[in-house]
Amino acid sequence: MSSDGKTKSPVGLRISATAGLLFLHLPLFFIFLYAFTTEEKSFAFPPPGLTTKWFGVAWNSRPDIWPPLYLSLQVAAIATILALIFGTLAAAALSRSKFFGRETISLLFVLPIALPGIITGIALRSAFDIMSIPFSVWTIMLGHATFCIVVVYNNAVARFRRLSGNLVEASMDLGADGFQTFRYVILPQIGTALLAGGMLAFALSFDEVIVTTFTAGQQTTLPIWMLSELIRPRQRPVTNVVAVFVFLVTLLPILAAYYLTREGEHTGGSSK
Amino acid sequence: MSRAVRFQNVSRRFGSVRAVDGVSLDIEPGEFFALLGPSGSGKTTCLRLIAGFEQPDEGHIEIFGETAEGVPPYRRNVNTVFQDYALFPHLTVGENVAYGLMIKGVAKAEREAKAKDALALVKLAGYETRRTAQLSGGQRQRVALARALVNGPKVLLLDEPLGALDLKLREQMQEELKSLQTSLGITFVFVTHDQGEALSMANRVAIFNDGKIVQVGTPSDVYERPTTRFVADFVGSSNVLSPEFAAAHGGTSSWTSLRPERIDVVPEGATVAADCASAKGTVSVVSYQGAVTRVTVVTDKLPLIATIPAGASLHRGERVTLVWPKSAMVAMGGGA
Amino acid sequence: MTVAAEKPRGMAGAISDVFFARPQLLTLLLLAPPLLWIGIVYVGSLFALLLQSFYSLDDFSGLVVHEFTLSTYEQLFDGSNVQIIIRTVTMAALVTIASAFIAFPIAYYAARYARGWMKALFYLAVMMPLWSSYLVKVYAWKLILAKEGVITWFAQILHLNWLLDGILALPVIGGPSLSFSYVGTFLVFVYIWLPYMILPTQAALERVPANFIEASADLGAEPGQTFRTVIFPLALPGIVAGSIFTFSLTLGDYIIPQIVGNSRLMIGQAVYTLQGTAGNIPLAAAFTVVPMVIMAFYLWMAKRMGAFDVL
Repeated sequence: MSSDGKTKSPVGLRISATAGLLFLHLPLFFIFLYAFTTEEKSFAFPPPGLTTKWFGVAWNSRPDIWPPLYLSLQVAAIATILALIFGTLAAAALSRSKFFGRETISLLFVLPIALPGIITGIALRSAFDIMSIPFSVWTIMLGHATFCIVVVYNNAVARFRRLSGNLVEASMDLGADGFQTFRYVILPQIGTALLAGGMLAFALSFDEVIVTTFTAGQQTTLPIWMLSELIRPRQRPVTNVVAVFVFLVTLLPILAAYYLTREGEHTGGSSK
Repeated sequence: MSRAVRFQNVSRRFGSVRAVDGVSLDIEPGEFFALLGPSGSGKTTCLRLIAGFEQPDEGHIEIFGETAEGVPPYRRNVNTVFQDYALFPHLTVGENVAYGLMIKGVAKAEREAKAKDALALVKLAGYETRRTAQLSGGQRQRVALARALVNGPKVLLLDEPLGALDLKLREQMQEELKSLQTSLGITFVFVTHDQGEALSMANRVAIFNDGKIVQVGTPSDVYERPTTRFVADFVGSSNVLSPEFAAAHGGTSSWTSLRPERIDVVPEGATVAADCASAKGTVSVVSYQGAVTRVTVVTDKLPLIATIPAGASLHRGERVTLVWPKSAMVAMGGGA
Repeated sequence: MTVAAEKPRGMAGAISDVFFARPQLLTLLLLAPPLLWIGIVYVGSLFALLLQSFYSLDDFSGLVVHEFTLSTYEQLFDGSNVQIIIRTVTMAALVTIASAFIAFPIAYYAARYARGWMKALFYLAVMMPLWSSYLVKVYAWKLILAKEGVITWFAQILHLNWLLDGILALPVIGGPSLSFSYVGTFLVFVYIWLPYMILPTQAALERVPANFIEASADLGAEPGQTFRTVIFPLALPGIVAGSIFTFSLTLGDYIIPQIVGNSRLMIGQAVYTLQGTAGNIPLAAAFTVVPMVIMAFYLWMAKRMGAFDVL
């Protein structure tokens, strides 16, 4: 309506906003570029030549990539499932009713990502130590689930809030008991939010490295593999190939999650 | 034959607030019953007590002779039309209407047929496959009505059913609801804060104030014979006469209600019939209101409001006599 | 005549009835599993860690002595360890300030001017880097900051070698190349945490009604005045909320300074080495208490400023 005419943005603002966004996005371009460089011993810029051979090398002659990849997928899948269960339960409970200590409890669920990852990592590590739980795939998963819960929780709680209490009452009024109401009204309403939360949890778990280094034993997840490649590089472009892959694997769930939650939750997206 | 709804001394507290405070009420089968009162008077809580969303802290509730307290909403043969309609946004209109039947396990073909009939009943035939978001406010309300009626409730509850509609639609829906109730013979209980709505639709009205029922009666009862000053004020506007004024003008010595439309304005000094009372005064406000004109006349004791047919020419400062039948003065028991 | 609908009371129905009669029971049952996990296991771990900081390491045997002592904290406030803390907190503060400056125009533009698809684009443009792989992003900067890398090349093209060399020659913050200097570490931190600053700032700015700004202009305020007296105070809770993340995450990170930075440790690295190779869990635990205390204080301040409303 009226806003189009008078909300012309100042030039300075536009320039600094654009520069800020470029700063956020340009660096990733170099990850792609260096996956094609012919130089494998240094990060020389501009690349002396371009080649696609590293994709073949990564695929065929680097067997050390595959086990970490499988492990990461496995960990992310299980951690996501755990987070979905715990996060949904927590969101359901905390949005049901106001009770004493609710604020504190909701703060608790945010704690694992509000505190620096290293604290979560070392705390869990020493707890596993004290309980004499051997470090394994399971300790990695539990660690990941701990900070993935909040992602699902946040998504679910936002949707529960929008789910008007009247719908639940209407369902009960029409004869549906608690379980039926959950199945036919609540679940369809929060389903996409849960899916989005699950996707984000997966992306988060798939590339997590800080907590993982503490909760892993001998296991190497893909990010841990990458970290060791960063510290002691072998074929640098191969690391880039994997980085491109990791980037895409995390990007797709993020886009999907955005697509699933875009309606209503941030009003700006709904131009038409 | 048991009562459709019976409240015996029912109270419901929220924290320290007594939302419903010792309410006793009988609603007969087949009645169109209105719960009328200002917001926060406890009328909506009463409706929610009947629906089962709230449970009484004290007292006893019966629905068709069966104890209702402790019975969850999904085990009551009572359905509600919610104020904001509460249509399920993820279901189509048809699925919304068939929801209750689906829960009961009615076969798909049968419930679709019944939903179709119910939609036809509310004049929305052919809307089955629409999304609820595509409907207008009036249409949503019809869907909500069909969704409730299709279950064959013994009591239908309506929470401010016309509140969200514009004036034209509201008048139309009033008539439709009325005829629907007559043809179905179901007990309707509706909540409203609009006295006009209550008087025009209901067989009987319960007037709420501060969590209590202050008067129950037919619309003409509560309008013409308010028992308290609150009712006289809330149901239409009314002149409230002090005991002295009432006694001096042929009434009884108690607080008395006198409806403005019963007062006639005549030139000063005109003769007054024997069965009428009168008072002299000066016109202070003349307000034109379309069909009628509302006149405030200051008598030597108190200002009185009269509504007279439009077209009468009165002007501010004019000396007039107010005339009303003595029978129009209704003594109120409840005091001030 | 029966009132109750003819509804078979199966298992589910019976359980529903119980929950209907006692809604608190359901809340409790829902809450129990996640609360047991987060509240007991996780918070329990944190407390166990805290407890460890009151133990000490026997210098000769290298074993942890399970006796209450404050000697580990004495060690913590030892010269070199205090250096680590000061270094880290300074870095976190600088990163937070820089993030706020870079984030504000983006957030402001997105909140005030972007509409429709532009708005969606802005949102995605911030969300994607926020969620995409941390390590990949750090790695990207390793490429850019390397001595033979992108920045050096651009400096040559633009004849700005003198500037780059000048920065690298500076004491403390300089180094042999950007990827081995504090400047480099700082840049990467700002880059990685920037989205955490943009989102809450934008959320706070979205809540400034446009007519506030118009009202201020209407009352004769210059744009600069409007900014100082209306926009900035209203955006401040968002900036504070964002700073919780930028500050906290910088305090505890040990990967970035390890990959891009010089050999002087930050808190995260110290914790990592102490618990790993050195096996000094008590001192590592005492080190983690530092960010915890700082963050507790920070959160308390932020709560007072209303920053949690925009999270």
